[in-house]
Amino acid sequence: MEMEKKLVVSSSPHIRHIDSIQSVMTDVLIALFPVALMAVLLFGYQALVTMVIAVATAMLVEALWLRKRDIYSDGSAAVTGLLFAMVLPPSPPWWLVVIGSASAIIIGKQVFGGIGYNIFNPALVGRAVVLVSWGGYMAGNIWSMPQPFAFGADISAVTGATALAAPEEALQYSLTQLFIGNIPGSLGETSALALLIGGIWLFYKGHIDWRIPCGYIGTVFLIGAAFGGGFYENHLLTGLFHVLAGGVMLGAIFMATDMVTSPVTPNGKLIFGIGCGLITMLIRIWGVLPEGVTYAILLMNALTPIIDNFTVPKQFGGVKRSA
Amino acid sequence: MSSTVFKGGVHPEDHKELTATMAVKVMKTPEKVVIPLQQHIGAPCEPLESIEVGTEVKKGQKIAESGGFVSAPIHASVSGKVTAIGPYNHPLGRPVEAITIESDGQDQWDESIKPPGNPDSLTPENIRNIVREAGIVGLGGATFPAHVKLSPPAEKKIDVVVINGAECEPYLTADHRVMLEQSEEIVFGLKMMIKALGAERGVIGIEDNKADAIKVMEQAVAEEENITVAPLHTRYPQGAEKMLIQVTTGRIVPSGGLPLEVGVVNHNVGTAVAMTSAIREGKPLIERVLTATGSGINRPANLLVRVGTLVSEVIETCGGMKENTLKLIIGGPMMGIAQLNPDIPVIKGTSGILALTDEDIHLAESSPCIRCAKCVDVCPVYLMPTSIAQASEHGLYKRAEKLNAMDCFECGCCAYICPSKIPLVQWIRIGKAEITKAKNKQ
Repeated sequence: MEMEKKLVVSSSPHIRHIDSIQSVMTDVLIALFPVALMAVLLFGYQALVTMVIAVATAMLVEALWLRKRDIYSDGSAAVTGLLFAMVLPPSPPWWLVVIGSASAIIIGKQVFGGIGYNIFNPALVGRAVVLVSWGGYMAGNIWSMPQPFAFGADISAVTGATALAAPEEALQYSLTQLFIGNIPGSLGETSALALLIGGIWLFYKGHIDWRIPCGYIGTVFLIGAAFGGGFYENHLLTGLFHVLAGGVMLGAIFMATDMVTSPVTPNGKLIFGIGCGLITMLIRIWGVLPEGVTYAILLMNALTPIIDNFTVPKQFGGVKRSA
Repeated sequence: MSSTVFKGGVHPEDHKELTATMAVKVMKTPEKVVIPLQQHIGAPCEPLESIEVGTEVKKGQKIAESGGFVSAPIHASVSGKVTAIGPYNHPLGRPVEAITIESDGQDQWDESIKPPGNPDSLTPENIRNIVREAGIVGLGGATFPAHVKLSPPAEKKIDVVVINGAECEPYLTADHRVMLEQSEEIVFGLKMMIKALGAERGVIGIEDNKADAIKVMEQAVAEEENITVAPLHTRYPQGAEKMLIQVTTGRIVPSGGLPLEVGVVNHNVGTAVAMTSAIREGKPLIERVLTATGSGINRPANLLVRVGTLVSEVIETCGGMKENTLKLIIGGPMMGIAQLNPDIPVIKGTSGILALTDEDIHLAESSPCIRCAKCVDVCPVYLMPTSIAQASEHGLYKRAEKLNAMDCFECGCCAYICPSKIPLVQWIRIGKAEITKAKNKQ
């Protein structure tokens, strides 16, 4: 019976699902692949360079911070880096990408204690840092026009306004263009089609819940239709315009659904999604900025613990107890 | 009126193919049995005064009992001589008083074992007494004395008896084989339960990964007006009583409550068979069907084993355990108990002996919670496992209680699904124990 020495005793369950943090993060990267591919097709090599710098910086900074040799590790730094690239203009200066990506990892994540402990979406923290520091590169009305299938083209040569800049600018872009993504905008936000494909993959793998994206997109649509002024042909199409233009699809599918910074309860997720939509539209319609996705999600991130506390589900067979 | 699925749960690879098609084999009578005096939930038994070291006993003879109502007497599972009375290793972890009997090889039944009379003329009271005297407990693993569940308080009207043939634990196929091979006995046992409880109807719930068992049981109830078979979605923990009752009757057992509060009593298929053999032949519960399986068992099998047979002997019968076996588990992989060594007896509640090798067991270190909410999604009683576990980890037991920790029945779905490999249900167990401790102090 020498065998008994080797038996491990621990409490049940004795088997585990194959998913790990690394596999979940790898799935998110896979989900971002169509988005990244679309960015390269639309904005050429400069988009590719931006993504590579952002991802490499994020992984390197995290490995240095944690003094780890395994640069991919749990994959979360690569996800943060790639998501950060998605919210940048297609061809920002390289140093801006490096500073933003490093900020995302350090200020957005590691100062809170690393993975699982951050309050705010790290990629959006990175974006907020560069937005307030070098706004000239990040906003304004002059954006690169996509040049589909021209990989080597210098996209900064032709510029245009984003669809959200002003109602009269919006009308030059058709809904089909907005859906495919052949419009000026951030690197990863323009193609609703690619974002939807990524979202469906994440949903299929069970890594996102429908409540956050549907709550977010639904709220944006309703407010856009009701209060958007109907400038885009009619009220319903104006609602749809607000969903497809700007960063709502990217925010709803990939940013607001960030596991660490969103609620865990089913009702909490719905409230979170609706809240993101509400703040986005408050900023878009009544605020001074043309776009509000970043701040909407960051604000809701801050409310996440409170939302979780107020939405504890009623347990199976639960009744209101009289104390 | 009944929903076909409950909310939550997980679907691990079930590995039932290892033994699902293997007919139950009768294991040869062991030379020695070690019969623990605690094989049920409730008061432990004491050896009868007539039982001492050296006493000759017959198979089926009562050797220990307790005065408590929530208890079940214990019977000799072989004929032979008592060679020891004292503490012995027990599958629940701590040594327990046990009676060791060396078999005389005769396997002779005690004279007291005879049919208690025509089943049709038995009163509910008769049935309860027979079940109690036969020492029958819940064979699904919970080991709750069966006669107690047949004796609800007078003001609680029971109308439905639910028979649990879900067998949702991966690997185990004992109930599956019992349904295929003893369907008539199950139905008879169920009819006796209905009679004892004055119930109106019976439902037999079976997961749809056992299509052959569903077919056989449907045939067995074809003539019965008030008994139906409910094919259930295959999803762990479908066999948990609250989930089973929800999907078979549409009723929700209240939090902290018992099935009888919604007019339901449930029993395992094996328990029904044990009742049948007690009522028809007067035989007490001295053997049971179990599955010995897993990647670490050389020749997996479904076996009819005497209570008190050493697990090491069962494993030997199955060709031994592989060198790279990492865990020996009594029960299934989701809720079973890992053992330090195989020198423990099979008890009434032993539904499986599972040996898993390093290919199946991945001992990963846990990482911080990434709040993916998968544990919240899979919890069949709608808790927030990550929050309860965190409260428990930080000693905040009041908060754990506020988050309904006591509703957790420890199915382990949360710890199974967690990508960070956090021992969630294990932390919740600690929290529950501390909450109970604090309650008892008050």
